Amino acid sequence: MSDTETISPAGYYTLGDPIRDEKAPSGPINERWDTRKFDARLVSPANRRKLSVIIIGTGLAGSSAAATLGEAGYQVTNFCYQDSPRRAHSIAAQGGINAAKNYRNDGDSVYRLFYDTVKGGDFRSRESNVYRLAQVSGQIIDQCVAQGVPFAREYGGLLDTRSFGGVQVSRTFYARGQTGQQLLLGAYQALERQVAAGTVQVHSRHEMLDLIVVGGRARGVVVRDMTTGEIETHFADAIVLASGGYGNVYFLSTNAKGCNVTATWRAHRRGALFANPCFTQIHPTCIPVSGEHQSKLTLMSESLRNDGRIWVPKVAGDDRKPRDIPVSHRDYYLERMYPAFGNLVPRDVASRAAKNVCDQGRGVGPGRLGVYLDFAAAIARMGRPEIAEKYGNLFDMYQQITGEDPYGVPMRIYPAVHYTMGGLWVDYDLNSTIPGLFVIGEANFSDHGANRLGASALMQGLADGYFVLPSTISAYLAEGPFEKIDQSHPAVRKTAEAVHGRIDTLLSIGGERTVGSFHKELGAILWDYCGMERTKEGLTKALQMVRELKAEFWSDVKVTGENEELNQALEQAGRVADFFELGELMCIDALHRDESCGCHFRAESQTTGGEALRDDARFAYVAAWEFGGEDGTPVLHKEHLEYDYVELAQRNYT
Amino acid sequence: MNVTLRVWRQQDRHTPGRMVTYHVVDISADMSFLEMLDMLNEQLTLDGADPIAFDSDCREGICGACGLVINGVAHGPQALVATCQLHMRSFTDGDVIDVEPWRAEPFPVIKDLVVDRAAFDRIIQAGGFISAPTGAAPDAHAVLVPKTSADDAFEAATCIGCGACVAACPNGSAALFLGAKVTHLGDLPQGQPERNTRALAMIDQHDAEGFGGCTQIGECTAVCPKGIQLSVISRYHKDVLSALVHGQD
Repeated sequence: MSDTETISPAGYYTLGDPIRDEKAPSGPINERWDTRKFDARLVSPANRRKLSVIIIGTGLAGSSAAATLGEAGYQVTNFCYQDSPRRAHSIAAQGGINAAKNYRNDGDSVYRLFYDTVKGGDFRSRESNVYRLAQVSGQIIDQCVAQGVPFAREYGGLLDTRSFGGVQVSRTFYARGQTGQQLLLGAYQALERQVAAGTVQVHSRHEMLDLIVVGGRARGVVVRDMTTGEIETHFADAIVLASGGYGNVYFLSTNAKGCNVTATWRAHRRGALFANPCFTQIHPTCIPVSGEHQSKLTLMSESLRNDGRIWVPKVAGDDRKPRDIPVSHRDYYLERMYPAFGNLVPRDVASRAAKNVCDQGRGVGPGRLGVYLDFAAAIARMGRPEIAEKYGNLFDMYQQITGEDPYGVPMRIYPAVHYTMGGLWVDYDLNSTIPGLFVIGEANFSDHGANRLGASALMQGLADGYFVLPSTISAYLAEGPFEKIDQSHPAVRKTAEAVHGRIDTLLSIGGERTVGSFHKELGAILWDYCGMERTKEGLTKALQMVRELKAEFWSDVKVTGENEELNQALEQAGRVADFFELGELMCIDALHRDESCGCHFRAESQTTGGEALRDDARFAYVAAWEFGGEDGTPVLHKEHLEYDYVELAQRNYT
Repeated sequence: MNVTLRVWRQQDRHTPGRMVTYHVVDISADMSFLEMLDMLNEQLTLDGADPIAFDSDCREGICGACGLVINGVAHGPQALVATCQLHMRSFTDGDVIDVEPWRAEPFPVIKDLVVDRAAFDRIIQAGGFISAPTGAAPDAHAVLVPKTSADDAFEAATCIGCGACVAACPNGSAALFLGAKVTHLGDLPQGQPERNTRALAMIDQHDAEGFGGCTQIGECTAVCPKGIQLSVISRYHKDVLSALVHGQD
């Protein structure tokens, strides 16, 4: 598929053939999923036990898929890098999960959830996929309740809901501030039930390091046992990547320390296209960086913006304590700039506004990288007990981390990388461009376009794992079982040797710099130039810097110890090496997309009001990138996006 | 701030370990305890020494991966937090701090401060679930759940499976972990059909893994980062008793 037509002016990439999703049926949008399920070939129960599936990752998508395919009778092998599948990072999601149940009778519907998601994604997602997501959303809640997920309830015993980020209905189901934890434990318990039943094998502390492709099909993985260092090969009739997002490319993010891009990146290098890598979401309400030592960032639920007022001093360099700054010397900038939405503007808008006031020198706290989120007015109005009832756990968490009492002094917040909408390209069946390689959850690109709405990540992970993948993968598996392969197959040997070779190289460089120092420096480059605001000049500079740093990494990194042991430095080195390559592609993607959309804000493309300005005539497509080979240039394949149901419109929150 | 650490170093499961002393200087009070260890590891790496292995992932107290015994207390001196949420402002300049792994027979040391907690997964496999295959669920509102039941179930369900309860218990019992799951599922109407079999199967697996019996000492709840209450243990005792008296149905 690398028929080269033109070389881009910048020489950073070449343009390949357009790509299409061949799997989504045509016809009315509300009938497409039923049509696809009916047309998809089935595998009879007796034949399922002869078919095997490998799943990488045990977050919401991975564990729900593993449990469901196990229940169906397939032989499932599930890997995770954590010491238990229950620890996958879905566990940290706070807010809630959307579903078009319309239990509130407030006018919600599948169509409205579909509409909100397409619009929220700033018209860069596929209508067919998003509609299906909205369609299965209700079933997810049913499934989770049946498993014993303790959702919040009203006194009558019905499920409670709340509204979330920029929508006008109350469709978010939640379990206090720990919805992700409770949903994941539900999926984890379903998974462990299948382990006990013998249909699923879980290998924890195992990390996927490469994909085995035989005869054009994904047929296996190379994994490293992180306890012993043993490099193992595993084979199956289909492979599913549920390995999460790549926010840790920025080093500082709200992701868990171990989150990484290696599984998807290695698959990309083996032929899977990577779509929209520059679409990364920056969450506005995180606890700011406190110093050089910072290892990760902590999110504070967006719900705080319901009652807190955001402000900075009017004048740069005003170092008075916040309570000594009179109201007339404060700038409540969101309320000033967006009188209609005020402090509740969408995530991308709030994040960029915070960055702008800090760039003007009006930020607060260490390094002036923070803005105040002040509850004084809310405490005066509602009383401290009511605020404590509503936000107590968040206030405690804040005090724990900063040592400051948010009841007495305003919180300081700053945006942080939170979620990545980009990921491996998949068709309607969630199959990547490699037959038999399926990608689900945050690891794929499919449903959120250029910006994800709050409480939609949990919905998508579970939609893919419980309902979508189990229906579509059978259409593929019905062609199997495929040719039997083992360690002696040349493609297998070659892939395993490549993994060994790379580990040997990392351990033998023996340079002067730690992996961590490279990761921090890479993250800072991407944050500065491929973060909340991007420019042609900055991205060009960043590309140069990333390439130089990557070269330095491969000549000067120091990885201690050996492979045949638990070696956390070696694990980290492999992940950072892949982040370098991804970081480069992100900058190229951001550079080529000469428009602003959702979270991708190109300074050159904005409205007079400073909002993201899309260029639908040129960019209403998914950018799917093909690996261009070692030191080669990536090849861009465009998937044109059509909007038959939701009218393309400019977002406006003023 | 400067501190002296005495850290348990152990190459692998089969090699005996020992305490090794490190001096860590220029620590910021805003650092988390794990960031202080990160800093020490950076220095050890540059010196060509083997960095200290320890588990952590989310670093916001919810995944349950981290867990160190700090000065003899699981998760350190502060109540209701996991190790990753402990900050250096809880310590003072010149402190000598002992850092050890969870110590319990069913949690063998893999390396340094990293232990194997797979026994917890096997306890869940034995019965820590509600059998609800995908697709078989009725509408979510088909069964009403009283708010008090839902809230009680939620409190028990906040267990993060870190294993601090086992590390703190003089008997090495996992009763708090087990009780939390039995209570979570048993408080909900959906969990009733399997309530008795669940409690019996889980306690059998608990014992088979080599965890000790509960003698109601309460060290577990004192170190639990989520504040799981001892009452969950009474709850599983009750379910076990009921199963033994009434049979498993």
